[in-house]
Amino acid sequence: MANKNNEALKQPMWANNPVLVQILGICSALAVTAQLKPAIVMGLSVTIIVAMANVIISLLRNTIPNRIRIIIQLVVVAALVTIVSEILKAFAYDVSVQLSVYVGLIITNCILMGRLEAFAMQNGPWASFLDGIGNGLGYAAILIVVAFVRELFGSGTLFGFQVVPQCFYEAGYLNNGLMIMPPMALVLVGCVIWFHRAKNKDLQEN
Amino acid sequence: MATKKFRCKVCGYVHEGDKAPEKCPMCQAPQSEFEEIVEEGAAASKKGLNTNSNVYTILYAAVMVVIVAFLLVFVSQTLKDRQTANVINDTKQQILSALNLRDQADVAATYDKVITADALMQADGSLAKYNGEFNTSYKSEFDKGNLHVFEASINGQKKYVIPMNGLGLWGTIWGYIALNEDRTTVYGVYFSHSSETPGLGGEIAGTKFQDRFPGKSVVDGNNVALKVLKYGKADKSSKYEIDGVTGATITSTGVNAMINKVLSAYLPFLTK
Repeated sequence: MANKNNEALKQPMWANNPVLVQILGICSALAVTAQLKPAIVMGLSVTIIVAMANVIISLLRNTIPNRIRIIIQLVVVAALVTIVSEILKAFAYDVSVQLSVYVGLIITNCILMGRLEAFAMQNGPWASFLDGIGNGLGYAAILIVVAFVRELFGSGTLFGFQVVPQCFYEAGYLNNGLMIMPPMALVLVGCVIWFHRAKNKDLQEN
Repeated sequence: MATKKFRCKVCGYVHEGDKAPEKCPMCQAPQSEFEEIVEEGAAASKKGLNTNSNVYTILYAAVMVVIVAFLLVFVSQTLKDRQTANVINDTKQQILSALNLRDQADVAATYDKVITADALMQADGSLAKYNGEFNTSYKSEFDKGNLHVFEASINGQKKYVIPMNGLGLWGTIWGYIALNEDRTTVYGVYFSHSSETPGLGGEIAGTKFQDRFPGKSVVDGNNVALKVLKYGKADKSSKYEIDGVTGATITSTGVNAMINKVLSAYLPFLTK
C-alpha cells in the first residue's frame, strides 16, 4: 500500500504528468504563464485545491449517486474555490488582486475533474491526497518552465526584475513580443512534450 | 454487453467472456480458481443502499446544495468586514499612488494626513464637500453624476486627484490622475485593470508606463488635449502626447478613451 501511495505521488510529476501526457489544463497553462509570479501562485493554488477536492470526493465516493457524480464533483470544487478566494480577499488582498480571474479559472481546470473522476472516485483519502499533490506539482512544474522562458525572452525580466542588461538593448537586442502571446505558450508546451517523449520512449506512438 | 468478467484468484488476471477460461493464460491455474466480478450497481444494492434510485439522487443533491450554501454564507459573513476594510484600504492606496506615494506601510494614516477633502464637482466647476461614506466604486459614482475630486496637500502644495474608469481589451480599467494646483499639469497617475493580458495590456499598471505622464498637460484651451497614442507615435516634445504600451494598442486606446471621457466631464472644473 505504501508503494501504491508513493506511485500516486510520483507518477504525475514526470511519467504520467497531467499536462504532458494527459494534455489536461492546457488553457490555464497558456493564460497565466506570461510571467513567473502568477504561474507559481496558480500552480500552488491548483495543488492545494486538487488535493482538498480529492480528499472530500474520496470520502464521499461510496455515497455519491452515479448519475449526478460529475455535478457533485463540480459543486465540491466550486465551493472550495469560492472559499479559498474569499479567504484570500480577507487575509491576502494583494495576492487576490494579482490572481484576479485566475482563481475562478481553477474551477474549470480539467485536471481537477480528471483526477476526481479517475482517481478519487476509486481510492482512499490518503492516496487521493497524495495524487492531488502530485498532479498539482506536476502541473506547477510545467507552468514554471514555460513561464521562465516566456518572461525571460518576452519581457527580459524574471519575477519582474530586469535580468537582460541594458547594454543588450543598446546593442540592438529586442524583447520577443511573440513570447508573450498565448500561441507561443502552446509551442513551448509542445517543445516540453517533445523532450518528455524523447526521454519516455514507451509513450511514443507510431 | 452480455459479457461477464472473471478474475483469477491466483494471479489477478481478468478474463472477459460468457464464462471463465479453462486455464488462466497467465499462471495456468484451473477454471475453478476463477470468480465472477459482480458489477458495481449490484454490489451497492447488496449493502442495502441503492445509490442509483431517484429518491436517493434527489435527496443527495438537495442535502449537498443546502450544506454548501450554508458553508458559503457562513464564510462570506465572517470574512465580510475584513474584505471591505481591505477594499477601502486598497482604494486609498490607489489614490495615494496617483500622488506618487506608492507602497505606503500605513495607508489609512497617510491618507488622512495627505488628503484634505473628498469633494464633488458642481455644474459651475466649483467644489462642494462630499458628506457620504468613503466610496470604493467610482464607476458607479461617475455614472450617477457624482464627480469626485480629492484635494490633497503635499509639502504645502495643493493637488487634485480625479478618479477615472473605462474599458480595456478584456475588461474594465480604472485609474486616478493627480493634477497640480493650475488644474492642468499632471502631477502623477495610477492605472489598474481587472483582466488585461499580463505583460502586454497589464503593463498599464506598471510604473514604466505611468512615469510618462507627470509634467504633461491635460487641457488645451477648452478641450481635453492629453492623448495616449500607439507606442512610438507620440511626439516627445509635445506636452500633450504620451506613448502607449508596446503590443497593447487596444488597451492603450482604452486608456486614451477613459482619460478623454472622464476629463471631458470635469471640464468646468479644469478650466475654471
